[in-house]
Amino acid sequence: MQMIIANRLTDGRVVFMDDAGDWVNEIADGLLLVSRQDADEHLSAAQQAVEENRVVDPYLIDVAADAGRRRPVLVRERIRAFGPSVGLVPQSRGVI
Amino acid sequence: MYRYDEFDHKLVAERARQFRRQVKRRLSGELTEDQFKPLRLMNGLYMQLHAYMLRVNVPYGSLSSRQLRKFAHIARTYDRDFGHFTTRQNIQYNWIKLEDVPDILEELAEVEVTAIQSSGNCVRNITSDHYAGRARDELADPRVYAELLRQYTILNPEFSYLPRKFKIALTGSPRDRAAVALHDIGLRMHRNEAGETGFEVLVGGGQGRTPFIAHTIREWLAPEHLLSYVESILRVYNMYGRRDNMHKARIKIIVNQMGLDRYRELVEADWEQIRDSVLKVPQAEVDRINAYFEPPEYECLADIPDELNDVRARIPEFDQWMSANVAEHRVPGYSIVNISLKAPGLPPGDMTADTMDAVADLADRYSLDEIRVNHRQNLSFVDVRQLDLFTLWKKLKLLDLATPNIQTVSDIICCPGLDYCNLANSRSIPIAQDLSRHFVDVDHLALVGDFTINISGCMNACGHHHVGNIGILGVNKRGKEYFQLTLGGSSDENASLGDRLGRALPQDEVPAAVETIVDTYLAIRLDGERFLDTYRRAGIAPFREAVYNPVQARAVA
Ligand code: SF4
Repeated sequence: MQMIIANRLTDGRVVFMDDAGDWVNEIADGLLLVSRQDADEHLSAAQQAVEENRVVDPYLIDVAADAGRRRPVLVRERIRAFGPSVGLVPQSRGVI
Repeated sequence: MYRYDEFDHKLVAERARQFRRQVKRRLSGELTEDQFKPLRLMNGLYMQLHAYMLRVNVPYGSLSSRQLRKFAHIARTYDRDFGHFTTRQNIQYNWIKLEDVPDILEELAEVEVTAIQSSGNCVRNITSDHYAGRARDELADPRVYAELLRQYTILNPEFSYLPRKFKIALTGSPRDRAAVALHDIGLRMHRNEAGETGFEVLVGGGQGRTPFIAHTIREWLAPEHLLSYVESILRVYNMYGRRDNMHKARIKIIVNQMGLDRYRELVEADWEQIRDSVLKVPQAEVDRINAYFEPPEYECLADIPDELNDVRARIPEFDQWMSANVAEHRVPGYSIVNISLKAPGLPPGDMTADTMDAVADLADRYSLDEIRVNHRQNLSFVDVRQLDLFTLWKKLKLLDLATPNIQTVSDIICCPGLDYCNLANSRSIPIAQDLSRHFVDVDHLALVGDFTINISGCMNACGHHHVGNIGILGVNKRGKEYFQLTLGGSSDENASLGDRLGRALPQDEVPAAVETIVDTYLAIRLDGERFLDTYRRAGIAPFREAVYNPVQARAVA
């Protein structure tokens, strides 16, 4: 499974594309892409969002379901999805 | 401390207004990301993993309490209540919104701080010894010349589109606390045979994927020629720097490819043309800047070793702190106090807004209003009366800022790594946290003594891993984080690059490996040897054996 991740232009925050083509903060609210064709089509839509100055640098990430939760496969993307694993103030929103 | 003149004010205010217009054009879609990126980088604004990151300069590491309070205010108002002090004496904010940046830059300009040239291919923040102007062994305050260079290079069109970024560091002491040999240009004050103070000029040092210790391009340079000589080095670099390949574009590559002698020839030939031009620094200008760095009015006090020794004898914890964190001052009755931002388990260099405010208050009261940021990601109070040391220690302790670990195993340099940085291969902060929690026994820290551990999350080496006594480099192997150890690095006046210890280790094996290295050193050191001395004498073999062949190593021992 894949999802599209990007940074929102205005505040730089990590966002995921949802099924309406909007951009949401929580990985749980984003759209899961199961086929290659689906992924390609939505990535084109994401490029459109770049041109419309909504997001920056969208790309596909691999996601696995782990105990009912979505979890990016790569540690980098897990950190992007859930926040830093460290901090003076609590920051992470999940288990990296 | 340097105060802006009318030109500085005008320039900085204009720049903030210009960036406000650029941000507006980006948000309205008039500028694409590709067009905007170089503009934002010129103002210290990066896009990191979670948000925009803003890097703010602390020129030559000197801060007033008013400026630190402003940093706290920015952290509280526009970020998540904290900031991160870096190895380049800067502060970084990790959670900045693009739309807020123009306001932030204007707020910073109010206290004479900018983000100009904190990124991009230009002359970056000029760094210096954090004891500048106060160290007992210093020949002259290097910040005067750092400021001169700052003024000369800021927004100078000739240096705004260099092949790559360019870093300059200065020290006025024979003891190098500013890692000058790891910079594109390093300037070390010393006296020539006639007894005149000038600079040894080093060129082509740097870390990153191809590390080099800088070479001496000129043994002695009169201070009046500083600008022209630096200009000639930069001109030759501008001409020959590899703009076609960013991995080969730093001056260190050019110097090492063409050879130091050839580089020197080119520089000297260019310099002959301009050495007596308008770039010759008039003494009046040096005096003018010098006036800003005049030491404060010190009270007429004497050193008080007896009184301090009494308290030290009674309170071992204070004694440990005095030994590890307090340094000599050039003026009798005063000391330099290092404030550790490395309490066990905390991310090195991070500081909350409330702590910044509290430190600013303490600086007002106990350090004549001045704070320094050092490249090991700690702060220093440089003008503390010895009479106040005990009280200050108690107050720092309440803030968890009195860990007696300066220049010890738990005083770790650490870059942001994969928790924040877009370029990272692995995390670095969790390794620092593991190690600082592992080495909490302050008696043991004192026993081990002078030690540096430096951690980077990728080859770019922002965490100075090449020059850590133990360097730790995060790598990514088939999607997993591993850590490559190097030994024997140093960034002082006898700088050296670390040697690779062996195969990379998973995170959970790093603390044990570091402990093994430390124990091996303790077992084989001779009287008075620091880790670095033992390493240079005994070589890597005993450490390698101990880490990778523990059974055999024990049998031999
Ligand atoms: S060393 Fe690498 S991971 Fe660390 S801050 Fe620099 S670029 Fe980022």
